[in-house]
Amino acid sequence: MKKRFMTHALGMVAASALVFTSGIAQAKDSITIAVPSFLTGGAAGPFGIPAMNGAKMVADAINKGTLPAPYNTKGFGGASATLIELDEGGGATKQVAEYRNLVEKRNVDAIVGYISSGNCQALAPIAEELKQFTIFATCGTPRIFEEAPRKYVFRTMGHATSDNVAAAMYVKEKFPDMKGYTGINQNYAWGQDSWRDFDLTLKQIMPNSKASEKTQFPKIFAGQYGSEISAMSLDKADLIHTSFWGGDLEAFIFQGAARGLFKKKIGVMTVGGTAAYRLGKKLPDGLVLGARGPYGILVKDRKSVLNQWFVNTYKNIYGIYPSGPAYQYGQAILAAKIAYDKAGSDASNEQLADALRGITFESFSTTIEMKLGGGHQAATENGYGITKYDSDEGENVVTDVKFYPASCVLPPDGIDSVDWINGGMKGAKC
Amino acid sequence: METFLTILLDGLQFSSYLFIVSAGLTIIFGVMKILNVCHGSFYAWGAYTSAFFIGKFSEMGMPDGWGFLVILASAIVVGLVLGFLIEQVILKHMYHRDEVLIVLATFGLFLVLEDVILIAFGTDPYFAYQPMALLDSVEMGGIVRDVYGLTLIGVAAMVAIGCWFLLNKTKWGTILKAVIFDREMGIAMGINVPLVYTLTFIGGAILGGLGGAYIAPTISVAPGLGTEVIVLSFAVVVVGGMGSIMGAAIGSLIIGLLRALAVHELPQVELFVVFAVMAVVLVFRPEGLFAPAKPRKI
Repeated sequence: MKKRFMTHALGMVAASALVFTSGIAQAKDSITIAVPSFLTGGAAGPFGIPAMNGAKMVADAINKGTLPAPYNTKGFGGASATLIELDEGGGATKQVAEYRNLVEKRNVDAIVGYISSGNCQALAPIAEELKQFTIFATCGTPRIFEEAPRKYVFRTMGHATSDNVAAAMYVKEKFPDMKGYTGINQNYAWGQDSWRDFDLTLKQIMPNSKASEKTQFPKIFAGQYGSEISAMSLDKADLIHTSFWGGDLEAFIFQGAARGLFKKKIGVMTVGGTAAYRLGKKLPDGLVLGARGPYGILVKDRKSVLNQWFVNTYKNIYGIYPSGPAYQYGQAILAAKIAYDKAGSDASNEQLADALRGITFESFSTTIEMKLGGGHQAATENGYGITKYDSDEGENVVTDVKFYPASCVLPPDGIDSVDWINGGMKGAKC
Repeated sequence: METFLTILLDGLQFSSYLFIVSAGLTIIFGVMKILNVCHGSFYAWGAYTSAFFIGKFSEMGMPDGWGFLVILASAIVVGLVLGFLIEQVILKHMYHRDEVLIVLATFGLFLVLEDVILIAFGTDPYFAYQPMALLDSVEMGGIVRDVYGLTLIGVAAMVAIGCWFLLNKTKWGTILKAVIFDREMGIAMGINVPLVYTLTFIGGAILGGLGGAYIAPTISVAPGLGTEVIVLSFAVVVVGGMGSIMGAAIGSLIIGLLRALAVHELPQVELFVVFAVMAVVLVFRPEGLFAPAKPRKI
């Protein structure tokens, strides 16, 4: 009996030791997060590099525990994160291969980033297939969560519909006499979707205004817009909408300004915020400028502790104020921390997804509600302002800034964006 | 009438841009039979060098007019340095190889030079707006035009006249035509063909650099800008006939004018029109509209 008791006791001690030691083995001191962004090509300067800078700055502060409260705990669930910086260039096919490589060979713990809508669209089903916890940071197409339910994929900023619905609402409010509008957008999903949403919204809220029959869709990275500027100058429309970004946006602004286009027409630039700090005095006054949400120049003066930390730290490190992509990548990294803090550094992909699904959290410049796409798609406010060069400060500012709440510019969960706009944006709370 | 004039000017302006870049490509092909993919790199390096130094000179307080000298100097320096190095270090050793291999080598060089741009200039775009701002704008056909853009037509005309003069009125032109017509016979007649090749490649590279350097003040000079231009240049030389300066000029005019017409009247087909022209020419005249006559060899 005594011998049997001893055997049981030893067995229990051994089992306990096994559980204890295995528990120690599973607790991670460090995790690896892959951060893809455009590091080469035309999108690198205005988008990719600021985005990567934002991600690195926030990850570094999290590792050191120097983020302001309530995020001042050290690490991601206690673990220090190593970022793998990756170039997002090369197209969707290359990115799919890279993504598989990251998951299957490099065994990263999480993937946070992506700017291109095309890449996000291609990668969402792959992430689901590989069951990899992934946070899209900047890409804009609404289709990602409207075409299929997702379990492992998240996006921590609003989608393109909110950019263009908010732009149309701003136009209605500030330029109620606008009679006709045209557009110049890149000829791919981003440009076409952006124009579609802007056009459909104006048809609903300003039915007396008329869309031009000659809207322009030049090839992405075309760089030369002389003929398009001439065509728009001759067009009777008194407003031009563009979702141009990167070098295309800056080239269009240079060429348009030299030809007085923005003195003759109202320019609405949904991604114009990325050019605001870079162009300085060369950015014409009077443009309607968006930043794809409450980011960059639109929120520079918001006084929250988190925002002031973000603006000042970024300016100190990189010598320039943070633009939208820096915010967007920074808040995606912050969302990863929140998920890890909640689920633990040794959490599985399922546990991380459960931790982020449907939550509301305070980001650097705004409140993020993960309430669309079954709790995977963020809903945030969106806003616009009008550019003005402040000669005293030697920098561009925005005046007449107006923000529209998420419930005003985004469809309710489960409703397709186009159907929502065409149906008169039912349920919008402005 | 107003729209017609606008389309004409837009078309001429875009044609001029196409011609300056594609002239170098077609000269190199005509003489050396090299389909030079890294021509896009000459364009990109010209743009970067010009934008960089225009910005630097402006910071130093130099008058904006210096920008025009910088543009010219950038084209010449880029063409001389890159053209000479590439021809002497790589291409010279490949002339006896298959043409496809040479195309692959120039493609490899294109990729390498794109990355070297990133190392040399970084990923941030450069702005060199000063020359464009200096020339202001004028009203023509009811719309405002920047004078700088219009000067592009003059630059293209000068390049065309210069090429015509060189080919038809100088000894060098006769030598070039002899090499184009029959390389072996040229050698037999005592022409220093390797020297002709080197100078031709440098000349083509200078024209590629000039295209980039002159266009830099109107764009955001950012990584990857050489890729777009090489596609358009190929379309132009295919339409005009590979190796023909006249072909490059006519090809540029056809594509530029049709594209401007499409942008104004039917913007949906703007992308289609460039390559539709190319497809039609290839169907009915696969050698292009003005391909030089080929000698029949026995």
